[in-house]
Amino acid sequence: MTTTTNKAWRTICNASDLVKDSGISALIADATGEDEQIAIFHIPNSEEKIYAVGNYDPIGQANVLYRGLVGCIDDEPVVSSPLYKQHYSLKTGRCLQEEQTISVYDIRIENEQVQLFY
Amino acid sequence: MNTDKQLLTKTNIVVVGNGMVGHHFVEEMAKNPNYQITVLSAESRLAYDRVHLSEYFGGKTADDLAMTTPEHYEELGVNFKTNAKVILIDKIVQYVTTENGETYHYDKLILATGSYPFVPPIPGKDQDHCLVYRTIDDLEDIANSAKVSKVGVVIGGGLLGLEAANAIKQLGLQTHVVEFAPQLMGVQIDGGGGRLLREKIEDLGVKVHTSKATNVIEKGDTSRYKLCFNDGSELETDLILFSAGIRPYDNLAREFELTLGERGGIVVNNQCQTSDENIYAIGECALWNNFIFGLVAPGYAMAKVVAKHIDGITGENGDIAEFTGADMSTKLKLMGVEVGSIGDAHGKTAGSLTYTYENQPEGVYKKIVVSADKKALLGAVLIGDTSEYDTLLQYMLNAIELPESPEGLILPMAADKPTLGVDALPESATICSCHNVTKGDIIASIDAGATTVGDVKSCTKAGSGCGGCAALVKSVADNEFEKRGVEVKKDICEHFAYSRREIFDIVSVEKIKTFDELLEKHGKGLGCEICKPVAGSVLASVWNDYILKKPHLSLQDTNDTYLGNMQKDGTYSVVPRIAGGEITPDKLIVLGEVANKYNLYTKITGGARVDLFGARVEQLPPIWKELVDAGFETGHAYGKSLRTVKSCVGSTWCRYGVQDSMSMAIDLENRYKGLRAPHKIKFGVSGCTRECAEAQGKDIGIIATDNGWNLYVAGNGGMKPRHADLFATDLDDETLVKYVDRILMFYVQTGDRLQRTSVWMDNLEGGLAYLQDVVMKDSLGITDVLETQMASIVGSYQCEWKTTIEDPEALKRFKPFVNSDKGDSNIQFVTEREQIRPARGQEKIEVTLIDTIENDTETADALAEEA
Repeated sequence: MTTTTNKAWRTICNASDLVKDSGISALIADATGEDEQIAIFHIPNSEEKIYAVGNYDPIGQANVLYRGLVGCIDDEPVVSSPLYKQHYSLKTGRCLQEEQTISVYDIRIENEQVQLFY
Repeated sequence: MNTDKQLLTKTNIVVVGNGMVGHHFVEEMAKNPNYQITVLSAESRLAYDRVHLSEYFGGKTADDLAMTTPEHYEELGVNFKTNAKVILIDKIVQYVTTENGETYHYDKLILATGSYPFVPPIPGKDQDHCLVYRTIDDLEDIANSAKVSKVGVVIGGGLLGLEAANAIKQLGLQTHVVEFAPQLMGVQIDGGGGRLLREKIEDLGVKVHTSKATNVIEKGDTSRYKLCFNDGSELETDLILFSAGIRPYDNLAREFELTLGERGGIVVNNQCQTSDENIYAIGECALWNNFIFGLVAPGYAMAKVVAKHIDGITGENGDIAEFTGADMSTKLKLMGVEVGSIGDAHGKTAGSLTYTYENQPEGVYKKIVVSADKKALLGAVLIGDTSEYDTLLQYMLNAIELPESPEGLILPMAADKPTLGVDALPESATICSCHNVTKGDIIASIDAGATTVGDVKSCTKAGSGCGGCAALVKSVADNEFEKRGVEVKKDICEHFAYSRREIFDIVSVEKIKTFDELLEKHGKGLGCEICKPVAGSVLASVWNDYILKKPHLSLQDTNDTYLGNMQKDGTYSVVPRIAGGEITPDKLIVLGEVANKYNLYTKITGGARVDLFGARVEQLPPIWKELVDAGFETGHAYGKSLRTVKSCVGSTWCRYGVQDSMSMAIDLENRYKGLRAPHKIKFGVSGCTRECAEAQGKDIGIIATDNGWNLYVAGNGGMKPRHADLFATDLDDETLVKYVDRILMFYVQTGDRLQRTSVWMDNLEGGLAYLQDVVMKDSLGITDVLETQMASIVGSYQCEWKTTIEDPEALKRFKPFVNSDKGDSNIQFVTEREQIRPARGQEKIEVTLIDTIENDTETADALAEEA
């Protein structure tokens, strides 16, 4: 049997745990109670400043996306997989090179706390 | 029907002689399966490279000089016999007989018997230690004689004579050259050039005697012999080497009644057929238009013509190939002196005019010969500096109209030196003479999809011989790219409209210290995974900060961030530095203990060190703490930086070693460890010429000699092997390090992103010679800067792992999750050959995340607290 919880803004860590222009990873329990790995990127010079996507790279098949380099391709903020270098949009989760999509989460900084909506 | 017949009965071709030209013919003809080729050679060896014969004394062996092997001929399906001198030709029944009595039928017979050295009829010429310079056997005789001689004389001051003089000088003999004419190399160069050449050669310690005819060779007073000259003077010597020209080996033709020239040589027509249409002669035994070609290139051209002609008349296409003479222009280095001769070097053409430039202090002489109307270049002589050779040769070969003031072509520092527009060259213009690549071939390679100069070079081989044409190849290719509207774009990515080199200059000149500053001033957007590591590498090269310092951290590829190589499952490998591959048993035990404790897969790498695989991010700091405590340092296996210096044990242990290669390798590895470069760098150091460290396949290769070290650059194994170029010889330790400093720093500054030294060298305008000028002659005036930069990088080295484990901030990065101490459940191993390996998809089991804080495994967290 699975337990379902309502989605809400939940605190993940302090804003000081973020690394500028780089990623960190977090572990959450998803709606069904399963463990889920999240990659969180802090890009102060970009429009939304903070992004959260799934940490699993479906092409490289490993939990490594938070260790990729971030940047932009045609103004779209992206992370480049550290395994085979495909770009994933941090806004939509879409892979720019292949037919793959990763999950995207709402994230915000509230009172020096990093909060994820799940 | 015709086809059936061809399949059943092959045409029999017998080739007499297996010199360079005979061999070239075999290679050309063997491509066609319709012919059965038999090679009969009087020598004991198959074909070898006579052009580079003098290198036999520079350490090359007979095998190095060989142009083919019995196996290769067998592969080609060629029959061959060595020690098989042909003594009879039956033109009617069409067979030849060898000394051993063997008989071979031919449909077509090729005489490629070459030539022999002419020995002037001087009384006393037939004694011991009176030798010639032609075959490997001759060289062996010379080497043996040199062992018991102190003084050597070469009779003949032509091109070959000077090469022979160089050879006996290399053998350590006091060397003299005696020439009958008033000047050296009278065939190729004029009086002015000859005078300067003589000065330069005498500066190198070779005594030159011109206008001397030898009357008799007598027993010497202080040496073995003395030469008595017609002017009454004498010269004492122990060894005499005759190099007074060549004579065609035409005795077979003479005996079996083929037409000969008045002064010898087998007369041939434009198809190289002799007076018997089934017998051809090629190379130095053939007399075409009353002329014998003593160079290899015309011989090759004849070989090609014959191969085509035979196929043309017995095959189906029927076209008739022709030999129409050959350009005898030459460019070479004699004892380190550059000499170039083009066309009518002596200005013999009626009405011709000359321009001469001479710079005695610098030892440079240049002359051009032009037509009476000053529109066409007829010839040229270049001594001491042959940089204009290619351009001048193109003017002459393609009859390109000269610029208004032709003297500008050879004057130094002429403000607006006329450069030859490559558009002016016809498609048939030969660009690379070593590989016979024309402008048309280069265009064809671009038609076929080459998009860079590097592509063009690898498709056509242009520029890969002597390399003298590299600049010309580049401008022909660039010109063609431009015409097609291909923008020769060097931007590294959409965020920076600059090449890596330009970014390097910007960072150094504007003293930029961070990526943000660089992006703000010269880029746009947020950057990407291409420009960020480039900037990180450049900033590290220029300022050598700890790469995980805050502003640089986000620039590094994951391998640099986590100071390890990421594997397919997201774990990392751990590679400590083992300089030169030398390691104490105690340290080796530490590696074993650490691998056991953390259950790491263990393998010896190709770079003579140990690789430990399967470390999770959170295990890296405790693993490295143990290694650093035991005295290990990071091996930079993850960085675009110095990897390993491979070495043999050298003179310390090996009975063949001539220098201490082990100490040199360790010193070099320690000197350059941590240096950030466009790509990884590998070294090799061998203790003797046996080259056990395979240094010639490395970016920097060093091979011990009796007198010091030979330095090689830009070699590569791996994806696209490249044999390293010999950069300098017999260097002492200090000079060696100085040159390597300069070469590496110049590469770091000018290399493109992810460009290994091999590709860098192939794309370097001017190639090896240019690099030698920059490094050894300081042609750009930057060697001081290069050395200072290198000294500062060497002086500020720090082991990144030592710095990391002492920095709590940096260690935070190694925690797997910001909000949990659990590990990644997707990383699973299975056992294979008693070690771990990553589990494959179907082998993985669903598990919930486990707590990684186990009994005695320190985590990054615990370590951070400690630090």
